[in-house]
Amino acid sequence: MAGLRFDLRDAPEGSAELRVEVRAFLQEHVANFTPEIRARSWMGFDRDFTRAVGAKGWIGMCWPREFGGGEKNFLERNIVLEEMLAAGAPVGAHWIGDRQSGPLILRLGTEEQKRHFLPRIASGEYAFCIGLSEPDSGSDLASLRTKAEKVDGGWKLNGRKIWTTFGHLCDWMIALVRTSPAPEGGARHIGLSQVLVNLRAPGVHIRPIRDLVGEKGFNEITFDDVMLPEDALVGQEGAGWAQATSELAFERSGPDRYLSSHPLLEAAMTTLKQDGAAAPALGRQVARLWALRNMSVAVAGMLEDGQDPVRQAALVKDLGNDFEQALPNIVRDLIATEDMPEDMRRMHAYLTQIVPTFSLRGGTREIMRGIIARELGLR
Amino acid sequence: MASDIAAELAEQADRALADAADVTVLRALEAGSWPAATWDAMAALGPNGALVPEDAGGVGLGFADVAPLLEVLGRHAAPIPLAESIFGSALLAAAGITPPDGVLSFGARNGAIPWGRHAGHIALLDGARIALYPAAALEWEETSNIGHEARDRARIIGAPLADAALPNGWGAEAGLLCTALMRSAQIAGAMQAALALAVDHANTRKQFGRPIGRFQAIQQQLAVFAAETSAASVAAAAAARAVDRRGLAAAAFEIGCAKITVGEAATRGAAIAHQVFAAMGITEEHQLHHFTRRLWSWREEGGSEAFWAKRIGQEAQALPGALWPFITAREEEITP
Repeated sequence: MAGLRFDLRDAPEGSAELRVEVRAFLQEHVANFTPEIRARSWMGFDRDFTRAVGAKGWIGMCWPREFGGGEKNFLERNIVLEEMLAAGAPVGAHWIGDRQSGPLILRLGTEEQKRHFLPRIASGEYAFCIGLSEPDSGSDLASLRTKAEKVDGGWKLNGRKIWTTFGHLCDWMIALVRTSPAPEGGARHIGLSQVLVNLRAPGVHIRPIRDLVGEKGFNEITFDDVMLPEDALVGQEGAGWAQATSELAFERSGPDRYLSSHPLLEAAMTTLKQDGAAAPALGRQVARLWALRNMSVAVAGMLEDGQDPVRQAALVKDLGNDFEQALPNIVRDLIATEDMPEDMRRMHAYLTQIVPTFSLRGGTREIMRGIIARELGLR
Repeated sequence: MASDIAAELAEQADRALADAADVTVLRALEAGSWPAATWDAMAALGPNGALVPEDAGGVGLGFADVAPLLEVLGRHAAPIPLAESIFGSALLAAAGITPPDGVLSFGARNGAIPWGRHAGHIALLDGARIALYPAAALEWEETSNIGHEARDRARIIGAPLADAALPNGWGAEAGLLCTALMRSAQIAGAMQAALALAVDHANTRKQFGRPIGRFQAIQQQLAVFAAETSAASVAAAAAARAVDRRGLAAAAFEIGCAKITVGEAATRGAAIAHQVFAAMGITEEHQLHHFTRRLWSWREEGGSEAFWAKRIGQEAQALPGALWPFITAREEEITP
């Protein structure tokens, strides 16, 4: 069960100063964060805000300077992420590029890919999305059917991706696609590759899907003979599965897995300040938040050390999702929705409807628990 | 390195308890007999002075250093008050009293003293005052927790060997805070033991023609158990680290948060363990209950989840500013 071990990490040198700087920056922008924006957390998409964050050097912080990065460590980056989420800042336009697409390109991309994409992600110019799920491939991702065929001068892409968050607003997608057939009777993970897709290319059709709040958050994206250049391939042909899964520790352990409802917790603390009867329930939330933060920072430390804490990340995500998901219901036990101040009520209404996604996005609760069970030796 | 010494001590304790504290010893303990051989085996490792500063004749480890040792004690449902002896010695040394050799326990003067009847010496706390009594100076009203561990009430019939005040950094709640910290780490350890038993059972017990651990329903439950076990361990370690950084009294927030976390984790974990073991786990013969009964008991000691939740909630409500800056500032030592 070594994969379930967490070693605590101390805050890095200069943390307090960095945190103060991020808070001062957020203070300048906070007037623009409506209750709905704060409730959206990292599902808020605002290009102007993202460019301002990029100008501060807070996108791609850990990347080399020559590619637009800041050569900071993972724990420093974690401070910026925490502050953004705690404030409910609309970080969606750079969240995926900073968290996943950029690190993937940095690790496996060609020199040219790094030179082209990384500085543009870091400045906030390029927004990335992830192309994984398909209409018939959800948790069973390896069954995906979108296909990139080798042709003269590049690849021809056909197929369909779905539930792509902000696909309609983004510039680029890194898609996991099949580039060669799975071996007869062999593992379906073989023959998948990751490709860069320009979402403005001819043959890319994006259909926003309205969500239950009535918003266009995610999309269905159809590829109809889309021509990709040869250098659209990221990493090794056929190694896409291993490449995609090796990024999961980065995706699953961060503060975005337990702070998604945080602005509501702060609103509840403020509104219920004088309510003695609410203290025990609030105390439990505070304790859980504190424990989860310690776990998440521990994983950031492991990432900084170059470990691959993919199981710990699944565990933090599972516990964190439970916490952020339960919050709206706990809060409505403490104060009736009609008694909430207007801002809080709007946040609460939005979160009540959207929290079911917390244990779906980035891998479902059941998949996370399956990963933990595997580490326990049960499968 | 203090942490190396601590790790070695934890490993030695793990081996010694594996030999000297098996399930027969636990049964005998719960039937009322004192496992002198187990104590002797552990005392040979010299752990009592673990938290006592070197200049007071101790090993000089930090609280975070001893957290893994406390987990080991929990993992074996250690049938001796080693945690109490370690923390009792630390409390006495802090007050300038030389800790005695042998079995030591501590507790609030008017509260239940863990292992009281078995201790050679007892440190009784009354606010920030601490007094060291020999066993002969106390009479016991014997009671126990539902883990069948002695939790005895003292009547003082003799004079203390020493009586002093704890320094400010330890504060008037030193006994409560030490107990909460000890039990937090012990709960993490006992959860590890119960989890290992449950996983082993799931891999061997067959129903419908296959090990029950092959069923996703069981896998998902045990995954939750594992997650809560990790949370308990992290919480206990983080609270211990806070004590090292700021002193006991100033780490009350972290200790309280840890105790809530481990208490909730224990409730969830114990329930899953029993669900996986089904009727077998309820039998007296099976060893699972030695852990689950202790988990349920230890939730109550050093303040229950409800006790700490109210207090932490009130503290959060009284903050002049937002919650988040308060939580981060505790790690980074800036004014929120």
